[in-house]
Amino acid sequence: MKKIYSVLVENRSGVLAKIAGLFARRCFNIDSLAVGETDDPTTSCMTIVSSGDERTIEQIEKQLNKKLDVFKIKTFDETEAVPRELMLVKVKYNRTNRPEIMEIAQAMKADIVDMSKNQMMLQICDRPDRIQTLIKLLAGVSIVEIARTGTLALPRCTD
Amino acid sequence: MLGCDAMVKCLEAEGVKAVFGYPGVAIAPFYNSMLNTQEIESVLVRTEQNAGHAASGYSRVTGKVGVCAVTSGPGATNLITGIATAYADSIPMVCITGQVESTLLGSDVFQEADITGAVESFVKYSYLVKNAADIPRIFKEAFHIANTGRRGPVLIDVPIDIQNAKIDKFHYPEDVNLRTYKPTVKGNAAQIKKLLKELSKAKRPLICAGGGVILSGAQQELDRFASTYQIPVVHTMMGIGVLPTDHGMYYGMVGNNGKPYANVAMNESDLLIVVGARVADRAVNQPELITENKIMVHIDVDPAEIGKNAASTIPIVGDVKTILNQIFDEGQEISTAAHKGWIDTLDGYREKLAKKRNPRPGFVDPAEFVKRLSMSMKDDGIYVADVGQNQIWSCANYFMKKGRFLTTGGMGTMGYSIPAAMGAKRALGDDAQVVAVCGDGAFQMSFMELATMKQHAINVKVIVLKNNYLGMVRQYQHFTYNDNYSVVDLSGSPDLEMLAKAYSIPFVRVTDMEDIDKKIADFLESDETALMECIIDPMDLV
Repeated sequence: MKKIYSVLVENRSGVLAKIAGLFARRCFNIDSLAVGETDDPTTSCMTIVSSGDERTIEQIEKQLNKKLDVFKIKTFDETEAVPRELMLVKVKYNRTNRPEIMEIAQAMKADIVDMSKNQMMLQICDRPDRIQTLIKLLAGVSIVEIARTGTLALPRCTD
Repeated sequence: MLGCDAMVKCLEAEGVKAVFGYPGVAIAPFYNSMLNTQEIESVLVRTEQNAGHAASGYSRVTGKVGVCAVTSGPGATNLITGIATAYADSIPMVCITGQVESTLLGSDVFQEADITGAVESFVKYSYLVKNAADIPRIFKEAFHIANTGRRGPVLIDVPIDIQNAKIDKFHYPEDVNLRTYKPTVKGNAAQIKKLLKELSKAKRPLICAGGGVILSGAQQELDRFASTYQIPVVHTMMGIGVLPTDHGMYYGMVGNNGKPYANVAMNESDLLIVVGARVADRAVNQPELITENKIMVHIDVDPAEIGKNAASTIPIVGDVKTILNQIFDEGQEISTAAHKGWIDTLDGYREKLAKKRNPRPGFVDPAEFVKRLSMSMKDDGIYVADVGQNQIWSCANYFMKKGRFLTTGGMGTMGYSIPAAMGAKRALGDDAQVVAVCGDGAFQMSFMELATMKQHAINVKVIVLKNNYLGMVRQYQHFTYNDNYSVVDLSGSPDLEMLAKAYSIPFVRVTDMEDIDKKIADFLESDETALMECIIDPMDLV
């Protein structure tokens, strides 16, 4: 079972290590992790994607709650949220495959953000599964390197 | 005023009476400031781990926060086992460590260790002080965090330049303001009503009490709950002492080292009320099965313990004492007539399933010895058991009156009993009777504290159950490896009589059960630290 935890923590040094250490010590998975300051500079939001059976999912939330630097946790499914990831991907191109790459970029709504004589960099911000699709499509041409953020997510808007 | 003076002022404000520790350069400013206080005694232990255990003993008999203070690097790392032991048993402590200069942090200078990083998984919280002005707030928070909610150790790491920094004015805050920490105290009223409803229907109710009952100071409330509603009580190892042994509702310790009839009671109950216990592996072998065919109520201050090992039907989060009082405030009359048959059944099991020992003559029988010893002790005496076979004999045969039984159930740290007894005795003062019972393995891990006791006139009675083996492991090898013993023989141990002479303390060797009551009485009577050696059968099994 996959869950997204949106964890509000004190924006202090060492907090990331404490949270990461908790996952390591208790053998909880971290599928992805993204951290950033919120509108309140004393608070950071960690978005952690994890998976496990029902008991693990519950323990993750409870153990996180025990950490004194944590003050709020929201747990939700991917379907209850808007998940987004950002990826930069650098590919090698030549005259022959350039149109194909441009087509893929267009179809996947990726932007070309940098270019040299034989390399170009695409940027995509989308759902994690769409990012995965882009990687698959580009695997045919030669990928030089990839950098991607973890999943960011917020629960869907309510009335 | 300097940061180090402020540290001492904070301890005074918290009413600390003793600090157990070991100095070094990085904590020297603090110890220098300690010379200016008349209220707090510095007790010099002989190794840092024992500072942790002594602070634990101090805390457990007073309900207050135990304090230890050591230097940076090896001083701090030596303390880790003491911290981890306290964490596993939820003992409130504040551990102060000196640290190298804050400007040098991270450069691997002499005696630098990242202690806040190293203890992260054994502390409730930790601080690395970066500004001397924060000292009062941090100490206030640390004492509050350690002794509220699920209790535990808090570490404060103070770089030497911060200890030496000037601060303008000392003001110890009255309140703490922690936006991320608000432990639940009161139980949910609807859940308590559910518990009472199930109790009114139950035919075979049972309470399983753990160390949380004692940490919450709820022994009287538990007694009242069990007596009023006629609910039999079993307990975990950390729960020893929740009820006197001769209490009508008392049915012994559960677990693989507990009483068989207590385990049967757990299995056959139809309403199991777990109070301040974790349903941990040593208490309940197969936690996923314990909830079968029964309603399980789980009362604990730590929501993460509920559902961790066993799924409960009715979870109640909060302070045990508060919740037990809430149950009474409901004032519900419950017919206990149906419980009579259940109690009779349990009495039958107790008779039928009592373990029978067949001790070899010519030795001290450790089981009978523990019984006689605990019965001879003062009503409010403190019995500290170590780890190993001796612990199991102590747990199984200790006769609880109105005293306290201390041991480490969670971490099982050998060498706990002597320093913990020392801390307990320092906390309670002259009238208290404190006895440490250990094996010859654990004794050799901790007997250096005889010097501390001598130096600080702390009178503890130390009893060594000597079998020349690491008995618990020998027993394991006996059953698991068909008596192929590896590395459990303690040959080379010192002559304890000569050792006692070296420390100039009274010594008595007991080789069999003859006149045992008189020997125990004489030993307990002396008004200084004394050592008793009991020769037990090396092949004895728990």
